[in-house]
Amino acid sequence: MPLIKDSQIVEDVWTSLDDGAPLAPGVWPIVSLERWQAERETLMEAGVPIGLRLRSDQSPRAIAEELEHFGVIALAFPKFTDGRPYSSARLLRERYGFTGELRAVGHVLRDQALFLLRCGFDAFEVAPDTSPDAWRAALAKIKVRYQSAADHRSTAGRLSRKAVRPAQARTPALSLEPEPCAASWAY
Amino acid sequence: MYRYDEFDHTFVEERVAQFREQVARRLSGELTEDEFKPLRLMNGLYLQLHAYMLRVAVPYGTLSSQQMRKLAHIARRYDKGYGHFTTRQNIQFNWPKLEEAADILAELAEVEMHAIQTSGNCIRNVTADHFAGAAADEIEDPRVTAEVIRQWSSLHPEFSFLPRKFKVAVTGASNDRAAIKVHDIGLQMVRDARGRAGFKVIVGGGLGRTPLIGETIREFLPKRYLLSYLEAILRVYNELGRRDNIYKARIKILVKEIGAKAFAEMVEKEWQFLKDWDVDLPDEEFARIQAYFAPPPFDDLPAVTASFEAQRFENRDFARWVRNNVDAHKAPGYAIVTVSLKPEGGVPGDATAAQMEAVADLAARYSFDEIRVSHEQNLVLAHVRQADLYAVWQGLIAAELASANAGLISDIISCPGLDYCNLATARSIPVAQRISRRFADIERQHDIGGLKLKISGCINACGHHHVGHIGILGVDKKGQEFYQITLGGNADENAVLGRIVGPAFSYDTVVDAVETIVDTYLGQRRNGEAFNQTLARVGFDPFKEKLYAPH
Ligand code: SF4
Repeated sequence: MPLIKDSQIVEDVWTSLDDGAPLAPGVWPIVSLERWQAERETLMEAGVPIGLRLRSDQSPRAIAEELEHFGVIALAFPKFTDGRPYSSARLLRERYGFTGELRAVGHVLRDQALFLLRCGFDAFEVAPDTSPDAWRAALAKIKVRYQSAADHRSTAGRLSRKAVRPAQARTPALSLEPEPCAASWAY
Repeated sequence: MYRYDEFDHTFVEERVAQFREQVARRLSGELTEDEFKPLRLMNGLYLQLHAYMLRVAVPYGTLSSQQMRKLAHIARRYDKGYGHFTTRQNIQFNWPKLEEAADILAELAEVEMHAIQTSGNCIRNVTADHFAGAAADEIEDPRVTAEVIRQWSSLHPEFSFLPRKFKVAVTGASNDRAAIKVHDIGLQMVRDARGRAGFKVIVGGGLGRTPLIGETIREFLPKRYLLSYLEAILRVYNELGRRDNIYKARIKILVKEIGAKAFAEMVEKEWQFLKDWDVDLPDEEFARIQAYFAPPPFDDLPAVTASFEAQRFENRDFARWVRNNVDAHKAPGYAIVTVSLKPEGGVPGDATAAQMEAVADLAARYSFDEIRVSHEQNLVLAHVRQADLYAVWQGLIAAELASANAGLISDIISCPGLDYCNLATARSIPVAQRISRRFADIERQHDIGGLKLKISGCINACGHHHVGHIGILGVDKKGQEFYQITLGGNADENAVLGRIVGPAFSYDTVVDAVETIVDTYLGQRRNGEAFNQTLARVGFDPFKEKLYAPH
């Protein structure tokens, strides 16, 4: 699956592992919640960064205390109309302070890009047959400015009004970006 | 009324461009119908029985004359010359072409209108009391709140793919004209002991196949916490609402399954985290929006206008129209006019392009350029001088809009039913038309008095039949249309669901049945009782006896 980060197609350093698949040296695995819970010790001893995959019916509330172990959390959209991962993303970013990569996987369309970014996702696994250019165009149109180039995180502040046009503060839904950028509403 | 600033303008224009591109992707086959569906629905475009249908948002039912003229233009240019005002204060066009949908949206954008979030599983157009800003019993204009919610919910990043659609209604008054208890969230403005304005929060009402009256989960929410509290409700719902069965996906099912008390506790818990987040509007921002809804510059008028009293005395027809279609206004010398879209034998809620223009002209001339759409599918001129009522009435007569039947039996709420809707199991419009013809005699209607009759063409209950004093539900029995009648429903602050009176009636006999019910009521009525009062006193038996007596 092509992975888009920061408006670019990038190489995926992570490997999504099925529950039965063995760990391999040097492979950074993304594992299911079930596997994490069953093999926590083994995984932590493997000496590689660990990623976690949550189905849309699995709330991050369950792992809120364990976030320091994960370099990436992949939130799965079984259908793009399943909106639960948006809440999960905001909880992870805003309430639990997760600063690793937050990846949208599954049925992810570029029409969701605005919503995804604003809820704190910063990586998107897109279908092989989607045009990367169109995705890039959609993301470029949004022009959301991440707060810093160092971590590229869309964190709590993104959903905050404080970051907005001071003279004309708006409700959060209309006023997220640190810079007023009308084009950001294209998607 | 609210005016777009540059931000809103750009927002809507960008959305038009985006939708144009999505339509092109659909037409070229790049998007499958399944993928296109949620996208077009987010732009108000439905696929109906015969054609696409475009539902245009009328935020809290308020329109300027210019906007109304644009709707008339769209009706003429892109549709068959008319539009249909809905129970959600919106307007629907029944015959747009997919290829022209983006053009229509572009035309709407010119007058600060759009079709965003009039469908799909998102927070829908927020509705409000259609007498807002004019009613005497109002704490505050509910449209301020509705506009705040509209902005907050527009493309909300977290809540655009909810388990199911989500409807919010607001009233600023204690008399509920917005049916807040049958919405996913109903907000009623109240004051606390210290006189501060806030909201009573009602959750989990709704009609459809599982009709439920909403439950109060908070008696008083300070105004400044409106958005964080809504966000807490929506988050609990987004995470826990059922997604496995569309008939169980509305918030009312969640509230019912876990109980209102437990639901309220979950919301409170979530809210503790959100309330000190900066979701809530600062006071200045609230004030900025409030300023758009400042009362129009009313003249200082005497409470009684002599010329109006004389006209009323001299002309019985005018007097009758005033009695039914004109309500008291909070400003002395002014009145609220209900423009009935229920002419004898007409389609409830339909208006021709010429009629829309006529109302636009009257509003421009006599009502501070403002028009309301009511959830009862009528139009409202909210601020008319008593001295101008006669001229307004004359103008309405010329446009064939002067039916003096507001609130009477022929002021029927009806969904489109089998004539347009692909979910329908029976016709509803022709039933409404036949009832309105049967009770055409306006003297008789006045004698019957206030009576709310509501018709739905299927169990989805878009015609709100459960909360009609007389409710009619079209059902299909072995390929035949039948109509189940409920009695005793009510949508106001004492909201209650009607109960089924007995076996359903055929298409041919349903109008007779309604007449029998009305006659039975008149026979039983004491001292000017309203329909539901008589029903409460005598029970269902007298009605059943008359309806199901062996012939
Ligand atoms: S009640 Fe049924 S028939 Fe009527 S509009 Fe709704 S879905 Fe269609």
